Amino acid sequence: MISGVAETQTGNLRPRGRLRGFLTRLGKEKPLGAFCGCLILLLILVSILAPYISPYPYEEMHLEDRLQGSSTKYLLGTDHIGRDFLSRLMYGARISLFAGLSATALGVVVSVLVGGISGFVGGKLDLVLQRIVDGWMAFPGLLLLLTIMSIVGLGLLQIIVVLGVSGGIGGSRVTRGAVIAIKENDYFLAARALGSRADATIRRHVLPNIMPILIIGFSISIGGVILSVSALSFLGFGLPPGSPDWGSMLSREGRKYMEQAPHLALWPGVALTIVIYCLNMFGDAMRDLLDPRLRGGER
Amino acid sequence: MRTYILRRLLLVIPTLFALSILVFMSVRFIPGDVIDAMVARSQDPDVLVDREHLERKLGLDKPLYVQYALWIRGILLEGTLGQSLFEKWDVEDRIIGRLPVTAQLGGMAIIIGLMISLPVGIYSAVRQDTVADYIARTIAIIGLATPNFWLALMVIIFPAIWWGWTPPLEVVSFTEDPLGNIAVFIIPSAILGTAMSASTMRLTRTMMLEVLRQDYIRTAWSKGLRGRIVILRHGVKNALIPVVTLIGLEIPILVGGSVIIENIFALPGLGRLMLLALEDRDYPVVSGINLVLATVVIMANLLIDLIYPYLDPRVRYR
Repeated sequence: MISGVAETQTGNLRPRGRLRGFLTRLGKEKPLGAFCGCLILLLILVSILAPYISPYPYEEMHLEDRLQGSSTKYLLGTDHIGRDFLSRLMYGARISLFAGLSATALGVVVSVLVGGISGFVGGKLDLVLQRIVDGWMAFPGLLLLLTIMSIVGLGLLQIIVVLGVSGGIGGSRVTRGAVIAIKENDYFLAARALGSRADATIRRHVLPNIMPILIIGFSISIGGVILSVSALSFLGFGLPPGSPDWGSMLSREGRKYMEQAPHLALWPGVALTIVIYCLNMFGDAMRDLLDPRLRGGER
Repeated sequence: MRTYILRRLLLVIPTLFALSILVFMSVRFIPGDVIDAMVARSQDPDVLVDREHLERKLGLDKPLYVQYALWIRGILLEGTLGQSLFEKWDVEDRIIGRLPVTAQLGGMAIIIGLMISLPVGIYSAVRQDTVADYIARTIAIIGLATPNFWLALMVIIFPAIWWGWTPPLEVVSFTEDPLGNIAVFIIPSAILGTAMSASTMRLTRTMMLEVLRQDYIRTAWSKGLRGRIVILRHGVKNALIPVVTLIGLEIPILVGGSVIIENIFALPGLGRLMLLALEDRDYPVVSGINLVLATVVIMANLLIDLIYPYLDPRVRYR
């Protein structure tokens, strides 16, 4: 199933032309995925520009306007100490996206290291590493994350490292499979037979050919990572108190004032759902375009 | 067939071993300042916890391999997972006491999830590319993106505001009051179940479409069999085999989900115990729950792999 990856790589060799061609295909064949990709770009823009475009600073309190609903002054209302909720959501996008993207990127690196070494070296090392991965994957994900977070403590850096490493170990299975498939190919055998050193072989033959797999893995797992960030924060084991991320907003303000101000529990969840939906659709589109053989539920 | 079963059974041993090391390590690698925090935390005068006592209780004063050996011996020979750090109860007793709540939550979630996903998935495949198929798929994709903790909050908040209805909180045992028991569990497990049904529905639909394209389905049609027989007896039966595996893969997610759901709905299950223990940094309890739940997951997947050859003759004769 994965052995065909190498073939999808050939063809147009100029990087820029290839990128443009790819984007055109994305727009033509997967309009919904492209639309979702644009929404995500927009959201990234909003989160970068949050300090300039948010109506109020996210910490600014307006004590006379506590727990208000939507109005022209506060588009999405205010929280229990009168902070503008839309501004907080915008800053929340910042945290969610930053944590999600960096944890997923770290996860890809870890998956290449663990899966790549396991697949490339093979033999006993592979056997041992894979049993550890087995044990890791048998663990219900959230329990493991909660345990590690309680040991390393709350914080953005902690959550990125923990989610990245644990996601990477999970994802290393796929990388390992791809590397093993590449080892079967004639060009790999030829390179080895010609005396190419291991590091050169990896750089010139293995890495370029597992790239599509890595890009697919990256784009289909961001949504889940963002969901994990907010689930951990919701349970109080993610980001430190006071940070305006969506999970914490749901569990603190959202749960505490749910009768007086249900909007506090409504909007962060709506934002999360839209973002994860878009990331999933975009990831699916990327996968279908980059490797039709891996196609999942939709057809 | 026998080698398949034997192979599968043998493969469990290294996995369990790796798992036990992971659980063991998670407690042994607690940094020193966390131990200080744990000492500072326990204010119960009866269980006066000082640093030395705590380290002894966690076994941190012995070499690593001795600690592991003692820990494993305790589990295998004496069936003990240790004691809570701050109160005098045995971890295994508390876990056994709370397991039924989590098991019922998870079991009902699986049943509800299947009751939604199988019919919808099959219908969606049979009526491919109709409005109904399109609606079902859209809802499933949105369902995949909806965080279950948010869904749970919405179910608690909005009915309370609109109709003054709140979900019952007191858990009653099934033998005393079956209806009351179901009433407590139905909403939380429905939320867990719907979360699970999205991916199950998608897989069911894909598998069903795959099967419907097979030669034996065309043969069945051309024999003049009635549509219902073709779909149910020839189609569904074959499409469901991979779905069984998916259920196995979803059990870990279900366990994670039950931590969240038990906390929102205040159900006294293992997930709630887990979070309380994590907040208290009561690590013997944490590692006990981790070990039990992860073992349950491994065993469930083993069971599924073992019944697989009975469901799919192609595996049996390989």
